[in-house]
Amino acid sequence: MASIRLVGVSKHFGDVKAVDNVSLDIADREFMILLGPSGCGKSTLLRTIAGLEDPTGGEVFIGDRMVNEVLPKDRDVAMVFQSYALYPHKSVRANIEFPLKVRGVDKAERADAASQAAEVLGLTPYLDRKPGALSGGQRQRVALARAIVRRPAVFCMDEPLSNLDAKLRAETRAEIVALHHRLEATFVYVTHDQVEAMTMGTRIAVMRDGVIEQVGSPQEVYDRPASVFVAQFIGTPPMNIFPAGAIEPGDHLVGGRPEDTVISDDHATSHDRGVAATVVLVEHLGHEAQVVCAVDDHTRAIVRMNPSDDLPRNGDTVRLNVPEEARHRFDAVSGARID
Amino acid sequence: MSGATKRRWRDVPLAAAMLGPSLVVLIAFVLYPLGRAVWLGQQRCNVQATKCRSVGWGQYTDVLRSNEFQSAVWVTLKFALITVPVGLALGIGLAVLADKHMRHIGFFRTVFSSTVATSVAVASLMWLFLLQPSVGVLANIGWLNDIFPVIKEPGLLNDKGTALSSVAISSIWANLGFTFIVITAGLQSIPRELQESAFVDGAGGWRRFTNVTLPLLGPTLLFTTVVLTSRAFQAYGEIDLLTNGGPVPQQSTTTVTYLIYGSSSIIKNNEGLKAAVAVLLFVILLGLSALQFRGLGKRVHYGS
Amino acid sequence: MALDTTPKGWRSWVRYALLIVMAIIILFPIYTTIVASLKPGNRVLRNPLVPDSFTLDVLGDAWTQGRLGKYLWNSAVVAIIVTMFQLLTSIMSAYAFSFLRFPLKRFFFAIFMATLLVPFEVTLLINRRTVDSLGWLNTYQGLAVPFLATAFGTFLLRQVFMQIPKDLNEAASMDGLGHWGFMREVAVPLVRPTLGALGLFSFLASWNQYLWPTMITTEDDMNTIQSGLRLLRSSDLDKPNLIMAGTIIAAIPILVVLVVFQRQLVRGLTAGAVKG
Repeated sequence: MASIRLVGVSKHFGDVKAVDNVSLDIADREFMILLGPSGCGKSTLLRTIAGLEDPTGGEVFIGDRMVNEVLPKDRDVAMVFQSYALYPHKSVRANIEFPLKVRGVDKAERADAASQAAEVLGLTPYLDRKPGALSGGQRQRVALARAIVRRPAVFCMDEPLSNLDAKLRAETRAEIVALHHRLEATFVYVTHDQVEAMTMGTRIAVMRDGVIEQVGSPQEVYDRPASVFVAQFIGTPPMNIFPAGAIEPGDHLVGGRPEDTVISDDHATSHDRGVAATVVLVEHLGHEAQVVCAVDDHTRAIVRMNPSDDLPRNGDTVRLNVPEEARHRFDAVSGARID
Repeated sequence: MSGATKRRWRDVPLAAAMLGPSLVVLIAFVLYPLGRAVWLGQQRCNVQATKCRSVGWGQYTDVLRSNEFQSAVWVTLKFALITVPVGLALGIGLAVLADKHMRHIGFFRTVFSSTVATSVAVASLMWLFLLQPSVGVLANIGWLNDIFPVIKEPGLLNDKGTALSSVAISSIWANLGFTFIVITAGLQSIPRELQESAFVDGAGGWRRFTNVTLPLLGPTLLFTTVVLTSRAFQAYGEIDLLTNGGPVPQQSTTTVTYLIYGSSSIIKNNEGLKAAVAVLLFVILLGLSALQFRGLGKRVHYGS
Repeated sequence: MALDTTPKGWRSWVRYALLIVMAIIILFPIYTTIVASLKPGNRVLRNPLVPDSFTLDVLGDAWTQGRLGKYLWNSAVVAIIVTMFQLLTSIMSAYAFSFLRFPLKRFFFAIFMATLLVPFEVTLLINRRTVDSLGWLNTYQGLAVPFLATAFGTFLLRQVFMQIPKDLNEAASMDGLGHWGFMREVAVPLVRPTLGALGLFSFLASWNQYLWPTMITTEDDMNTIQSGLRLLRSSDLDKPNLIMAGTIIAAIPILVVLVVFQRQLVRGLTAGAVKG
């Protein structure tokens, strides 16, 4: 049993509130993503769970145990670092075996576990090399192997893919998800990449300025973002947010996903409701086209269109609208969702 | 807050265990003696140094004004002014001379480095055997004595005009291996592209040396200068072995360090005066290193 | 057109000539010393530049009469003790300054750095008294203990410890490694080149100590090679070739050390670059 419960956890560095009164329940065997821009406190929160930071306030539970006073090594938690943190002077085998060696596991058992972990991650041919002789993706897998060899109840991962190139990142994403199924452990995964968040997580906690803005499944977070921030952080291109009164009457903001936003000729349906905009850029991506429009000086909106459609041209004046059922409404001041 | 405070103190026992041994030694054998020397500097002691009594801080100014101290500072200064520039120039010259791809260059590099293996005692005895007026090598080469009678009578180490220079030459020789190795390493760390770009710009060999090599060698030269200067100010062994601070009565090779520790120093039986001189030497060295870093530091180009 | 700095033609001959002249000048004292030490006593003053007779007797005499074996042994014991301890104490204190959190850290570090400014000349005077009152005159303790710690080594190692990524320390603490473990398993192996340089530096510095051994050694049995050579000089000036033989014998061990540790030499010598 390795659920994780955070109760009012704060971490202050001097005057900076890196994590501010965060409460979060993570179920056993869940794949929880902590998502947010850099500096939002997601890594600090993860490190608090791992025990690398002492919380300034609040309580951290792993299972039923309050672990505030428990040393990292006694929390049954493994951590994968962004930099991989491999021991450069030890061979791959020694790196993988190391956590077991420290814990006094005997040699034969250690070697067994290490070969097994290496097998799972396809590292068997590299066991006798030093980390310096491996590619980024291979080092990353050594770091994973070192984490799984201990069979911990909780895996903490701090942006483990951010140093890999795009192709390798996609492959490794799938590998980590497969690993999660196989290990039946709880994963807490920090990233600023919303694609990773959407594809890997069972749930996502979106953070900003030390606070969790929303927790939910990837689909929930996408479909019903709790705030303008979440709406614009998740989804590529981000959700269009129209100023109050532009799409419908009222003093709230209206949001629409680029695929939900419709574009129409300024003259033909001039009686239609919607907002006037000027086309500033048309991008052809092959499978689709993205039309970037300026609604006013501060507001841009992007519309996804079929490339075979009749596309507007730069400088055209058009009208933009979002169908009633696809509209997201947000408070103009707080940015919070209004239902 | 309790967590943070606790973390601040958690490592304290470990830190104490790790710093303890070093701290004990450094306090007992560096800081305590420094303080003690400052205190002793205002005391007069009997010959056995069993009884000392304070005679007041004025003893420092007395020492400062004394002919013996001033003469020792002057001798030290002259010694440094000979050994440092000459040693540095020779070091640079040899390093540049040997910094080429030529046949047998490895042999010459080994030769130029060789004196690094000599301790001050070894080097000084070798030079003693060269310079000594009765059994020395130079004294037993007939034609040389005809040209330079001073070699035989009274001897280079016994003539007040040549004694200090002779000690300085032995010291320069002993340090040359070190200087050569360090400057050669500095030369080899200069990126070749810089030489090449200066070459493309049309700079000749000498211009490349003065405009590219020398400025980039700055940090190395600063380091070498600092080391050579502090060695010059702390020179003791070569004087003890070659001249004993003499020739008397001018004490023409009695440096400050020799004044404190020398077996024929005139204050050898006065612990208080020795301490006062030692403390003043410390102050001089402090001032000197501050000066060197201010003066040279500004003109040194550090690589990125 | 490439920059070819290999000298050619007359330039290369001029350079060779200069190299040879300089080599002769530098080797001259060493050459005369060797020649003298290989000549029998009655011939040493005649033709000092020409090796016209050859005997190993003088070297043998110097070895036995001068007790050089004993002196070299003493020097080796002291230098090895000092080197080992300096490495150990520097590793520990540098580790504390790099990886531990404790109050007044900057203050303690300032104390360490302050000791770098104090020259031996000031402290040895009082250290002689301290060692005397401990009853350590003419002992290995007396020769070694004042030099068992070095702020310089602490500073040097702290520089390289600070370059070890913080992640590595945290990964080790997740793996269950304490500070001693991290020091032994990770930090020390990672800075091995610097340790080698520091070790050679410490060894040479200790071996070459001249003033201190002459101050605290009054019994012949406890002379190091440096203070031993001093003794040899003051007693046997009428037998110059004996002194020269002693000098040769004294130089050989350090020559061997330098050849063996050639790779550490440049780093060891320039290690002091951080020492003001």
